[in-house]
Amino acid sequence: MTSENQTYAGAGSSFDRSKAVSGLEVSMSDLVLSLPVIEQPKLRTDSVRKDVDAKGKEYWRSMDELADSQEFDAFVRREYPSQTEVLIDPVSRRSFLKLMGASVGLAGLAACTVQPKEEVIPYIKQPEEMVPGKPLYFATAMPRSGGAVGLLVRSNEGRPTKIEGNPDHPASLGASDVFAQAALLGLYDPDRSQSIEHFGGVRTWGDFLTSIMGRVSQASGQRGAGLRFLSESINSPSLAAMMQGILADMPLAKWHQWEPAKGSGAFSASKDATGASVATRYRFDKADRVLALDSDFMADYASGTRYARDWAQRRKVSTSSDEMSRLYVVETTITMTGANADNRIAIRPSQFEAFVGALASAFGISGGASSGLTQAQAEFALAVAKDLRAMGGRSIVIAGEWQSAYVQSVAHQINAALGNVGQTVFYSAPIEASPADHLASITDLALDMAKGKVETLVMLGGVNPVYSAPVDLNFVDAMQKVPFIVHHGLYRDETAEHAHWHIPEAHFLESWSDARAHDGTVSIIQPLIEPLYKGKTSHEVLTTFTKNNSAEAHDIIKGYWTSSSKSTDVERTWRESLHNGVLANSSTSETGTPTMVAIAATGGASNDGIDIVFRPDPHVYDGQFANNGWLQELPKPISKLTWDNAAYMSAKTAKSMGLSASLNAKGGDYEADVVFIEVDGRHVEAPVWIAPGHPDATITLHLGYGRKKAGRVGNDLGFNAGRIRSSNAMWFASGAKVRKTGKTYSLAGTQVHFTMEGRNAVRESSFEEYKKNPHFVNEEGPGPNKDMSLFPKYEYNGYAWGMTIDLNSCVGCNACMIACVAENNIPVVGKEQVLKSREMHWIRVDRYYTGAAEDPETYFQPVPCMQCEDAPCELVCPVDATSHSAEGLNDMVYNRCVGTRYCGNNCPYKVRRFNFLLYQDWTTPQYKLMRNPEVSIRSRGVMEKCTYCVQRIQNAKIDSEKENRQVRDGEIVTACESACPTDSIVFGNINDPNSRVAKLKSDTRNYSLLDDLNTRPRTTYLGAVRNPNPEIKRVPATRESLLEESA
Amino acid sequence: MGQIFKRSANALARASIIFTGIIVAVALYAVLLGIPRSSYWNQTDIVKTQPVQFSHKHHVADDGIDCRYCHTSVESSNSAGMPPTKTCMNCHSQLWATTTYLEPVRQSWKTGVPIKWTRIHDLPDYVYFNHSIHVNKGVGCETCHGRVDQMPLVTQKSSLQMEWCIKCHRAPEQFIRPRSQVFNMAYVAPDNQEEVGLKLKKEYHILGSDVLTSCSTCHR
Repeated sequence: MTSENQTYAGAGSSFDRSKAVSGLEVSMSDLVLSLPVIEQPKLRTDSVRKDVDAKGKEYWRSMDELADSQEFDAFVRREYPSQTEVLIDPVSRRSFLKLMGASVGLAGLAACTVQPKEEVIPYIKQPEEMVPGKPLYFATAMPRSGGAVGLLVRSNEGRPTKIEGNPDHPASLGASDVFAQAALLGLYDPDRSQSIEHFGGVRTWGDFLTSIMGRVSQASGQRGAGLRFLSESINSPSLAAMMQGILADMPLAKWHQWEPAKGSGAFSASKDATGASVATRYRFDKADRVLALDSDFMADYASGTRYARDWAQRRKVSTSSDEMSRLYVVETTITMTGANADNRIAIRPSQFEAFVGALASAFGISGGASSGLTQAQAEFALAVAKDLRAMGGRSIVIAGEWQSAYVQSVAHQINAALGNVGQTVFYSAPIEASPADHLASITDLALDMAKGKVETLVMLGGVNPVYSAPVDLNFVDAMQKVPFIVHHGLYRDETAEHAHWHIPEAHFLESWSDARAHDGTVSIIQPLIEPLYKGKTSHEVLTTFTKNNSAEAHDIIKGYWTSSSKSTDVERTWRESLHNGVLANSSTSETGTPTMVAIAATGGASNDGIDIVFRPDPHVYDGQFANNGWLQELPKPISKLTWDNAAYMSAKTAKSMGLSASLNAKGGDYEADVVFIEVDGRHVEAPVWIAPGHPDATITLHLGYGRKKAGRVGNDLGFNAGRIRSSNAMWFASGAKVRKTGKTYSLAGTQVHFTMEGRNAVRESSFEEYKKNPHFVNEEGPGPNKDMSLFPKYEYNGYAWGMTIDLNSCVGCNACMIACVAENNIPVVGKEQVLKSREMHWIRVDRYYTGAAEDPETYFQPVPCMQCEDAPCELVCPVDATSHSAEGLNDMVYNRCVGTRYCGNNCPYKVRRFNFLLYQDWTTPQYKLMRNPEVSIRSRGVMEKCTYCVQRIQNAKIDSEKENRQVRDGEIVTACESACPTDSIVFGNINDPNSRVAKLKSDTRNYSLLDDLNTRPRTTYLGAVRNPNPEIKRVPATRESLLEESA
Repeated sequence: MGQIFKRSANALARASIIFTGIIVAVALYAVLLGIPRSSYWNQTDIVKTQPVQFSHKHHVADDGIDCRYCHTSVESSNSAGMPPTKTCMNCHSQLWATTTYLEPVRQSWKTGVPIKWTRIHDLPDYVYFNHSIHVNKGVGCETCHGRVDQMPLVTQKSSLQMEWCIKCHRAPEQFIRPRSQVFNMAYVAPDNQEEVGLKLKKEYHILGSDVLTSCSTCHR
């Protein structure tokens, strides 16, 4: 019996009764509390264990589950973790009942009112295209570093309410990613800067113009000397043209660029033999073999959506004669791409160049060393080289943005040697206006500032060097020497604090602009709404340095593109470009096969101490999304942490330092040891996170946290890894000293929340095995008799909605989760609530490991409501708030729900979410604009869940009914399906044998989750197939070794 | 001293218990069934003040203006649409152009500030009603809104409660009419409504009541 059981059933034993109830009579009902504890059997019974062992494979989500620790066992017993605490304490139980009684009474009274008066406010003149109640869609694009993502934005009565990908845009092809989805919340963020400020006082744009004109005339008098601009990299052709115009007028002025997540190595290696910068793009849909050298290409900021989609094209297998690509990942940390690898090897950063050297020498490329590799690493390199050679011309070698110039150079050379260039790898002119080494650029600026050479500094477009510049540049001190600093950004951030003028930036959904995608395709960015806070675009700020300083962004953009247009009907071309979201034939042309510059290795780094890997955070990126609650609460793709960053390390490394992050049985949160990390005399304290698959003696720190001026959501979350990031160790630091501090910190990790108890949730096979046995998902036999049910029989004659989720192509990017949040008005609950397993996401992405903790296979499984035909939740609802529709949906009527939570208790898939508190913000006016008017907003005490986006189903049905036809396949696209970059989620009518979903459900890989329960879920999964190289041996995993590992 | 209460008092006492029971039952009935169906509760027949005392009777019956001249999106959208000030001014820039009665309309036109009407038919926010599908399937305006052509000031004529909605969703054949008659205020249901209704139901491909009474048809 665990200690948890004791408090669970027998409060009397652990509770000082006399104190709590002194002066009260002990009633009969109270005696119940003193009944002896009921002995509960171990949940993961021996029979389950036997099943697992018979298959020889066990799937686990956390080290605790792997070790089957007492805490884990106690945690899984709790239906609503941390809720039982309230009920076992007699005093609070009594007050709970009192409050319940009172609230029932008050709720009754509150219902005794007539609906409040409501106004109808029509237009003065109704815009012609506007039909009240019918949303409109506008094409625009989200500008990114290194590209742009084309979007279609839904506008309900002039309010942008949902973002979808633009099918015509090369970086989207209709899908989107977490950043694009979350941009909606970014637009309506009430913490955005709302006024022009001068030393903290509110000013007007006119005041600013007066002030800046003085500086402009002074600067132009001295040909721009002392005038500096700082921006992120610019891939807006019109903005770049303005900037270059200004620099031509004032040749001594300088334009610096700084993005904390730009790699210098990638810049110096992306040059041809003449020294001209080139851009590289990849066609993963044409590659049979992919080798990622520390490249997280599926999560690439600019092109990850497209790359993941292309890659997944080659992963769709439906017959055993289909071919499938193979992905090798060699990496220094844990990434989404690594999790999807067929063969993966984790290597310390200080040994990475040696590995690449070994690989290079296998292709006859000199200039590197390969000493110090283990036998397994050397064999891996040789096996990969052999396999790539066999697939010459149909493979891709891609190096990560943050790897050294040498690694980049080797990747280019291998691609050339294999004949991939022109087949799967293409070179073109750079899409950025002026490619630069960002580190050199910001260093140059900081030095000049410190020397007093800078008189006017204009920081455009939200660049935040005070937070993000390398710590050894002392950017804040340098700023003190500059007499006139203008900061233009969405937030009054750390840099704005130290600037003299602050200009609020218009969000891209409020702006006219343009941007090139990763392949050069131009999109016009058009506003969906007037700037909420009179923000200015970068164009408008830059106009103050031109002759025409009152030009509006629209005129600048339209002027730029219509004047450069070769079309005979300029106006028509302009309108078509706006409508389509892309300028036809604007991608940059390929430059053939340039000879890429060859760069030698820099010499081995020392292996002493601990290596540090810096990475942008998967969700808040470089910190620019820190104030976005949707992104903060989204569990990180691999670690499933929310609201924090952490020091990721392997179990072995943690054990050697006596560190742990232990599961708290009450809430499913983690108590993590805090470590003190020192690099070059600078230090930071960070909570520990044990990451299976992480290289040993290495710690990964994610940037973007520890913000001080991010806003009410993002302030003081996590720690700022930038405090130990200096200009000589931007992405990797070696020789770090790490010690335990003795402190602990609560981490809100969701990896064990809503656990499936190891009941065979993920089914997978290798490609070899799949060819032999395409029915691998149903190895355990047919399951229970489908006709044996206590539920009354029901014939679904009309539509029968269903969904399939292909685990083979799901890359775990979380786009579905956040798309669902945006579409269905799902609230953010905050870290305190996530610690108690109360996150509200209707679809979650479970991450499973199998194999040894140092080299696990990783699988992702998105879990929405299964829409069971025989739904256990419906039977137990006392008020019929959840009931079945005639089309097989498990309907949820929020206004009827009284919050008994019986349904959530009875759901075997744990997909129902309960509003324990008033999570919705009912008062902030900006959020009222943001919400989808087609979905009820749920209040406290209401159960909610996925309904297959029933609002979209109903609207499509109404449209089809009006035309007297059936809903076409693909006409209804759920929010998750729409966002999915890899088309893993397919929704449709399973009664239509020609629908995509019906065909997928007849695939041999189709299976139901927990099919032994015979709930007949409408959501089914297609088993995963991996294609590992049989020549590469994995670290063998035995149960004993696993236990020892995690103990 | 004799007893204060005679034996017959017992009978009275018993009777009073029964009477109390009856009174309580009647009160409960009134509370549970009566009040929610009352005009106070569901706001039927209650005249609400509007910025302009607009007469539907005059515009529909006297002038013969079609519903769709003002409620333009009734056939295409969930909302029937409220006419913008421009629609009023189409006529009233010429007709009654100086009457004080229409001053709020002219003010709105001049200043660009919309007229704020008070909503008469106000469904709860958790009900997703769509005008277009009802109109397209042969539900007349008059079926729900009553004889608007006879109302100088529009009031709500139906309870708009779920009980009322579901009556039709269970058996639409009792209420639907030919599409050509949807906007006809004076349409009278034929004696063989059930028969005509069933024919129309088939012709208009109206879904079965199992679909129409599924929760998610109206609630999301």
